[in-house]
Amino acid sequence: MALTRRDVEAVAHLARLSLTEAELERYGAQLEAILGYVESLNRLPLEGVEPTTHLSPATDRARPDRPAPGLTQAEVEALAPEFRAGSVRVPKILEE
Amino acid sequence: MMKSPASLTIHEAAAALRAKTLSSVELTKAVFERIRAVEPQVHAYLHLTEEDALAQAAASDRRRAAEESRGPLDGVPIALKDNLCTRGVPTTCASKILERFVPPYDATVVTRLRAAGAVITGKTNLDEFAFGSSTENSAFGPSRNPWDLDRVPGGSSGGSAAAVAADEAIAALGSDTGGSIRQPAALCGLAGLKPTYGRVSRYGLIAFASSLDQIGPLAKDVEDCAILEEAIEGWDAADSTSVRLEGPSVTQASAGDIQGLRIGIAKEWLGTGLDPEVRAAVDGARVPLEKLGCTFREISLPLQDYALPIYYLVAPAEASSNLARFDGVKYGRREDGANIVEMYKKSRSAGFGPETKRRIILGTYVLSAGYYDAYYLKALKARTRLRQDYLDALKECDALLSPATPTPAFRIGEKADDPLQMYLSDIYTVSVNLVGLPALVVPCGFSAAGLPIGMQLIGRAFDDATLLRVGARYQNVTDWHRRKPPLPDSGEGGV
Amino acid sequence: MTEFETVIGLEVHCELSTKTKIFCGCSTKFGAAPNSQVCPVCLGLPGTLPVMNAEALERAILVGLAVGCTIRRRFKFDRKHYYYPDLPKNFQISQYDLPLAHDGRVDLAGAHPVRVKRVHLEEDAGKLVHEGAGQQIATGTAALVDYNRSGMPLLEIVSEPDLREPAEAVAYVKSLQTLVRYLHVSDGNMEEGSLRCDANISVRPKGADELGAKIEIKNMNSFKSIEHALTFEARRQRDALARGETLAQETRLWDDTAGETRSMRSKEAAHDYRYFPEPDLLVFTMDDARLAVIRGRLPELPWTKRLRYVQTLGLTDYDAGVLTSDRTVAEYFEATIAAGAPPKTACNWVSTELLGALHGRKLGIGDSRVAPRQLAALIALIDKATISGKIAKTVFAEMLVSGADPDAVVKAKGLVQITDEDALVTSVRDVLAANPQSVADFKAGKSQTIGFLVGQVMKATGGKANPQAVNKILKEELTR
Repeated sequence: MALTRRDVEAVAHLARLSLTEAELERYGAQLEAILGYVESLNRLPLEGVEPTTHLSPATDRARPDRPAPGLTQAEVEALAPEFRAGSVRVPKILEE
Repeated sequence: MMKSPASLTIHEAAAALRAKTLSSVELTKAVFERIRAVEPQVHAYLHLTEEDALAQAAASDRRRAAEESRGPLDGVPIALKDNLCTRGVPTTCASKILERFVPPYDATVVTRLRAAGAVITGKTNLDEFAFGSSTENSAFGPSRNPWDLDRVPGGSSGGSAAAVAADEAIAALGSDTGGSIRQPAALCGLAGLKPTYGRVSRYGLIAFASSLDQIGPLAKDVEDCAILEEAIEGWDAADSTSVRLEGPSVTQASAGDIQGLRIGIAKEWLGTGLDPEVRAAVDGARVPLEKLGCTFREISLPLQDYALPIYYLVAPAEASSNLARFDGVKYGRREDGANIVEMYKKSRSAGFGPETKRRIILGTYVLSAGYYDAYYLKALKARTRLRQDYLDALKECDALLSPATPTPAFRIGEKADDPLQMYLSDIYTVSVNLVGLPALVVPCGFSAAGLPIGMQLIGRAFDDATLLRVGARYQNVTDWHRRKPPLPDSGEGGV
Repeated sequence: MTEFETVIGLEVHCELSTKTKIFCGCSTKFGAAPNSQVCPVCLGLPGTLPVMNAEALERAILVGLAVGCTIRRRFKFDRKHYYYPDLPKNFQISQYDLPLAHDGRVDLAGAHPVRVKRVHLEEDAGKLVHEGAGQQIATGTAALVDYNRSGMPLLEIVSEPDLREPAEAVAYVKSLQTLVRYLHVSDGNMEEGSLRCDANISVRPKGADELGAKIEIKNMNSFKSIEHALTFEARRQRDALARGETLAQETRLWDDTAGETRSMRSKEAAHDYRYFPEPDLLVFTMDDARLAVIRGRLPELPWTKRLRYVQTLGLTDYDAGVLTSDRTVAEYFEATIAAGAPPKTACNWVSTELLGALHGRKLGIGDSRVAPRQLAALIALIDKATISGKIAKTVFAEMLVSGADPDAVVKAKGLVQITDEDALVTSVRDVLAANPQSVADFKAGKSQTIGFLVGQVMKATGGKANPQAVNKILKEELTR
């Protein structure tokens, strides 16, 4: 599994991380080592095996459609790094 | 010389409180005195709540005077891992990204502890977001092993383990995703329980890997583990994966003998990489258990070698998703940026430490387009087979016995730069999370250098009580758990 | 010259009008102060977990059944990852490979059926307002986020590319709107954003099997803008192809003011949503018993009703369409005929008189002071010839205001029709005496004069005379 620098950069962007040159190199190498380590899974016959996505034996858990108290606007404000006009303020959004 | 009340177990403290030979305020004060004495060396805590603790203790004493005491935890000082949300008390996950975060709500386990009358001493250190096995990944500095201050207490619940081992709390809660309760319990000479997945509500536990995480106790003995599990477990409307429990309570079900129990030992566990001292100690535990009526048999878990690879795909994938929310928008740390993407990247890059970034990158990669089937899906399928191995083994055995860790506590810095080496210290614990079973770690010896060694008992789903029963009977006839670390300032009592 | 055909598929998002959000107990009321209907769960605070709203789930399945979908017996939810400040967790809990319903169809009146590919349930995001000139994303200097909408239950209904005309697309969205209102699962309000629509549109040479480059159109916020945007886009694509250009897959935004679609800049190289099963929600199962209970909540669907009105009640398709476009109207109409009114008469009264009057007052049928039973009684009075159709309108106007029974209004105002021939003969004779010219005309063979004479008699009796009786007496008197 050979990873290019561009691969690591693309993944870092997906995860919204900016990495320095040194980090790109280090994480790239470590990612490659770990991916190499997990390659052993390819030896396992897994045809027809269902994936395990959930472990809890409970199923169909749902709640009644009944309102419950939440937070006040003041509590939201206390949490937020920036708040204006009752709203959480963020820097401008780039058009995707 | 009288033993400091801080060195008591929950059940000993509860007995003293009940007999009114000790008040909760006295006990709480003793714990905070101990914290003042040893915390500079141990660094178990990230945040102390002394004032509030003393108020809770006074309230407990008033309840007791009015004969309205709420049970064995009423008035007992308990520490919480700092990834459990506490209303009005900072909850950081040992990350700079949550440095300013004060949750407006309590985790369900915290609500339940408070309802049981427990006194909360503070929030303990951990590897950032519980990613690690040593607390070296804490943004606020590592905790140290009370048995040897140059060594790690294990992780990620290393702060909770160090606090309890150093008598800075009577007991503590931790969380376990791949061994984060059991590995530090083993390295610090404590009992630690990872309950069956679904047994304890995860609401308010800052998620690492949602399909693996469970909250559980770290305590001075197995009996205390049972008391704590009973207080925190059970169905919770706020966690869809929590389960309604039936039958007798854990403390009732863990009483009684262990005559005739069949215990399996997998041959795959005793291979290379296992420290001979650890191997000898775990082997040595068979003698008292056999005397108590248990029989041993060799079993096979052919997929054991795949557990770590599966874990290092599943856990980072879920973690990368769970940690997407830390973006500087609604709470936590924000770094200025000219636009939203720049703000995200600066906040996350400044807020997360190296191991966190590493796992986010790994997890993002294995979930990304084109790789999902090759990595994540494959891991989920292998997980199914691993689980089948365990279920099969537990058809002919009532419990399984393994080492808890391949070695005793390692030195601080020893594995810090080699993630794969670090990951190997979880080799005996990760499977249990992948298959959702309960597991208990119990001290079973010491190395020649005086470091604690733990063994792990694995049980059937929702049969946590059998493990607690085996552990408690074992502790009736052994005294590994009674030893205290030789800390430079060990208060009035000492060993 | 090549003839082109337009191919349209729609993704309709419909906000369910449950009392609480999909995964928490926050209220879903529209129009509250920003960030006042939020909690740790829908704000995505660390440590919080989703718990499914049972009613949201049932409503989703109800819609799936209504559009004839197969309901999956086991379904799960998945996380869809993308970073946007209105999405608190930076992933949306949605459904990826196992949507709760799939493969259904909507029958458009007068057009071919539209296949429904899938119906799935997900959570909505918050609302963004851009600061700066025009509050546009392109010129925004910062943005404000309100999370009240975050976590509202959202149903996504995805059609196959079966639509060929913008007008068909509008008709399809309208029938879904009617449907969700019929089922009482959503307000279906486009203005408030509880019904939203994105389109995939492409053109291809007529008769071709392959689809052209799929172009996604977003930001169509009304029926009018759906029609305008799709018309514009179809033309733009045809023109481009006619010029020999090739079209690339892209997302375009409809600009209502400029009346055009425009390309969104640099779309992040094909989104990588990194779907994976949501571990915090369990797998859901649907057995026959449970499905039967939900099916029991299904009313007669609008298109079935419409067909029945035509086939068994003898209404025109147009009238049936008017009556069935709103469930409350249809129910009113059916209650009226259940109280004994003949369907055609009831249809005229409901669709013309009642809806006309209510519409003029900006009221809904639920606000009507005239109950179906009362309308049926009024129609019975006409049929029994107690009052004339004309008088009936006066009576109805009074009923609309007072809510009184028609009998009472007729009695109180003395509006009972005069059918007693003896009483009418005098009036007829008076009219004949006063109009000798008309009498002469009639006798000279101009039989249509009789209409004028009837009118004169009606006028003389204040409209209370029974027209049939007047007619009969007039003829007798004139031929005497």
